[in-house]
Amino acid sequence: MADKRMTGTEVVSRLESGMTIGIGGWGSRRKPMSLVREILRSELTDLTVVSYGGPDVGLLCAAGKVRKLVFGFVSLDSIALDPHFRAARQAGDIEVAEYDEGMLQWGLYAAGLNLPFLPTRAGLGSDVVTHNPELRTVPDPYGGDEVLAMPALRLDAALVHMNRADIHGNAQFLGPDPYFDDLYCMAAEQAFVSCEKIVPTAELTARAHPATLKINRMMVTAVVEAPGGAHFTSCVPDYDRDEAFQREYVAAAVDPAAWSAFADRYLSGVEQDWHAAVVARAQEVPA
Amino acid sequence: MTETATPGGAATSAPAAPATRAEVCVVACANAFRGNGEVLASAFGTVPAIGVRLARHTFSPDLLLSDGEANLLRGTWPVGGPATGEIEAWAPFRTVFDLVWHGKRHVMMIPSQVDGHGNTNISAIGDYRRPKVQLLGVRGAPGNTVSHPTSYWVPKHSKRVFVSEVDMVGGVGTDRAAQAGPAARRFHDLRRIVTNLAVLDFADDGTVRLASVHPGVSVDEVVEATGFVLSGTDGAVVTTPLPSADELALIRDVLDPGNLRDKEVPG
Repeated sequence: MADKRMTGTEVVSRLESGMTIGIGGWGSRRKPMSLVREILRSELTDLTVVSYGGPDVGLLCAAGKVRKLVFGFVSLDSIALDPHFRAARQAGDIEVAEYDEGMLQWGLYAAGLNLPFLPTRAGLGSDVVTHNPELRTVPDPYGGDEVLAMPALRLDAALVHMNRADIHGNAQFLGPDPYFDDLYCMAAEQAFVSCEKIVPTAELTARAHPATLKINRMMVTAVVEAPGGAHFTSCVPDYDRDEAFQREYVAAAVDPAAWSAFADRYLSGVEQDWHAAVVARAQEVPA
Repeated sequence: MTETATPGGAATSAPAAPATRAEVCVVACANAFRGNGEVLASAFGTVPAIGVRLARHTFSPDLLLSDGEANLLRGTWPVGGPATGEIEAWAPFRTVFDLVWHGKRHVMMIPSQVDGHGNTNISAIGDYRRPKVQLLGVRGAPGNTVSHPTSYWVPKHSKRVFVSEVDMVGGVGTDRAAQAGPAARRFHDLRRIVTNLAVLDFADDGTVRLASVHPGVSVDEVVEATGFVLSGTDGAVVTTPLPSADELALIRDVLDPGNLRDKEVPG
């Protein structure tokens, strides 16, 4: 059986500018931040990003990586709005396809099932239709209502972060919510799973129900062991969101000079440098 | 109940302080969920969160409530702290989406803009291609409004919120639903808009109507703070009910002992 372990750098070397990339998690929860940071360090540009958005979207916008964002919202949860995303929108820097969050799920699901679209009521009557003029309705062939045809959202690559995985790509969520990470993987040509810890397969179900194995190896191209890989978003039960760090991110993001200092301190090196800077920061905080 | 020592040394119940505006709003939000039966009651904002818990604890015991994460919980817990109680169901986001489209849900959302037919916006203010102010995004509002009962909470009733035309329709109003065809109309059910000044509902022609003014608020004050012509302002307008003594005690002692409601609705 294939050993699918890879480094974050190797994952990003598989990506190309102009690709459509789906990013799992939700808001500021269980985002594959170590892989997002690898993209920040890369030459990649002109990306279409599909996300239930959080700081992944903000950071990629700030770095000029995003050409188009496919989204239902961008939020940091405990802080409602991401300043970088707002700035990018308010400057007219990015194209958007804004959908109802259930439509986004439906688009990923359609792609995963190799269907051209899935029907829904969501979006009808709203400006989601006005601002996405390519959306079409379809008659119910059985004589009911004409409904919206949510097109498949096919991804060139999916990036998700899970709590545990084995070397073959079977991956497990241990927190309260799987989000839509399995749908991202199914919708993608290549799916990359980072995880807090790679463990032997038997260990995955030693204490947890098999229903927590939401992603199986058929869906997965490669797996990256990335402890702290969701930081500063949450990865419950391994860790909660780093609220103090998130506040620092937001404070820096609204001021160019502060952002430059933030980027120098945290984003200028490799992934290990990020974690070292985070540890150093924590030690500075007075007891 | 607050207890004070009398000169004679014996403790006795003091008369409760009169209901504040925030407390009137809590009960108005709770009443939006009256008679809803066995549905998921989802509330955004402090006052609606207190309201749904009050409703379930008293007159609508069949409501289902989320812990704000992925479980549905029984029990009655204060706002601002961790949810406590028996877990009765697992409801991660995809289950909530299923429930939205299934229809057994009543949501109370906080719009940034509302127009005279109840179209709402939480997405962006100004030109959509380059917004003056980028907000959250439409979230689930398009799907919610065409799938199940939807109400709104407006903590600061003003012409900034109640506008003649919203900039990006996320939540579908009555006119848009009527125009969009049977699929949009079939389950469309806008219920109430509770604000810090009044309770609004919808007239038969689908326009936003004044249902009641909160105690101490004049009809003129509501009209003045609304940027479109409000139906139902001619003739006698009823006053929003005051909380009962039991409801006040529940709000003050159990649901919001930290007075978070006063931060959302001062005074």
